[in-house]
Amino acid sequence: MRHSTRIAVGPVQFRIGSDWREPITALERLYAGYPKDEDRPADATVRLFAARPWRRWLRPSVHIGGDFVVPDALPLPLSMGLLAAEMGMNLQVALGWRRHMLLHASAVARDWRAVILSGESGSGKSTLAALLGEGDWRLMGDEFTLIEPASGDALAFPRAVSLKNEAIAEMTARVDAARLGPLLAGTPKGNIRHLVPRADAIAAMHEPARPALILFPRFGGEAAIEPMGAGEAFVRLTEASTNYTALGEAGFAALTRLVREAPAFGIAYPDSATGMALVEQLWAEAAR
Amino acid sequence: MADPAYRAAPPDALRIEALGELTAIFDRRSMQTHLVVAPMPEILAAMGEGPSSAATLARRLAAAFDLDAQGDAAEIVAERLRELAAMGLVAEA
Repeated sequence: MRHSTRIAVGPVQFRIGSDWREPITALERLYAGYPKDEDRPADATVRLFAARPWRRWLRPSVHIGGDFVVPDALPLPLSMGLLAAEMGMNLQVALGWRRHMLLHASAVARDWRAVILSGESGSGKSTLAALLGEGDWRLMGDEFTLIEPASGDALAFPRAVSLKNEAIAEMTARVDAARLGPLLAGTPKGNIRHLVPRADAIAAMHEPARPALILFPRFGGEAAIEPMGAGEAFVRLTEASTNYTALGEAGFAALTRLVREAPAFGIAYPDSATGMALVEQLWAEAAR
Repeated sequence: MADPAYRAAPPDALRIEALGELTAIFDRRSMQTHLVVAPMPEILAAMGEGPSSAATLARRLAAAFDLDAQGDAAEIVAERLRELAAMGLVAEA
């Protein structure tokens, strides 16, 4: 790789290499405020490479590679290098991480206690967490939350938040433009713009938080709170974990403990303000 | 109708965790997680070290849970035992 950089997000040390300078420059700008630890070996490697050498000049398109090869990953045009890097980082973590149980969930924390928000793409979990992270909460991550098997603690993975479509306008109105990446229009996932988490959230990224609440948000429909049994939460979180099976009994033990210690609720909300209010309400009740 | 006997999994093969209405069972031999509801955990708990038939287990469960051991209890237990065997959690003796 002609160009490369190192990025540490929570416990994961990435090495990212590219045939082009542009994606590396864009990443270095987004992750400029993250702590550097160049001495640590990389946990995951992401490579953005040209399909054939001549394509680099003729019709540049970025392929995603890395420790794990995903054969059907889409080649993306060069302007999408930043998105390709993000997808590569997600894939490397989702497929390769074994030290913690990985939940496809966003999380926020207050007083070292975490609210875990799990849901499919489009559930609004990412936007909700990003909005909470601009208020009295520490954003732990918008995409992945890691559970330490031995302690049961939640660990942060505060990568740059991937804002999609309507969420872009909602967040750009609230934050300093310096915390936003370039607008990536017309990607396979629609319009995307990255948001750098607040400096305090980045500075606290190695601080664990005790899971206190598990929420399954659903954007759309009337405001509703549905208490969920530990068994159903267990089933849903096995589906939301990318490495539950690979962890074997350690994953089983971590997940049974998680759903026993933290109450779970499904929440539906018609708009972000209502969603945030529901989180605050359940938090106040859980704290009692 | 035949009433085959079944044997429980070896001690330490299963890790059983009750989660409200569901019970999660981790099988250390297959590394698989099974999710079951009543009366599966009760049947597993009622199996001793030796082989047990559905009729024997129905009698044990009736004594423990104040059920009517007559009627079709034995047939229901036999059906559940076949399902537990299909999951690999018990084996035909």
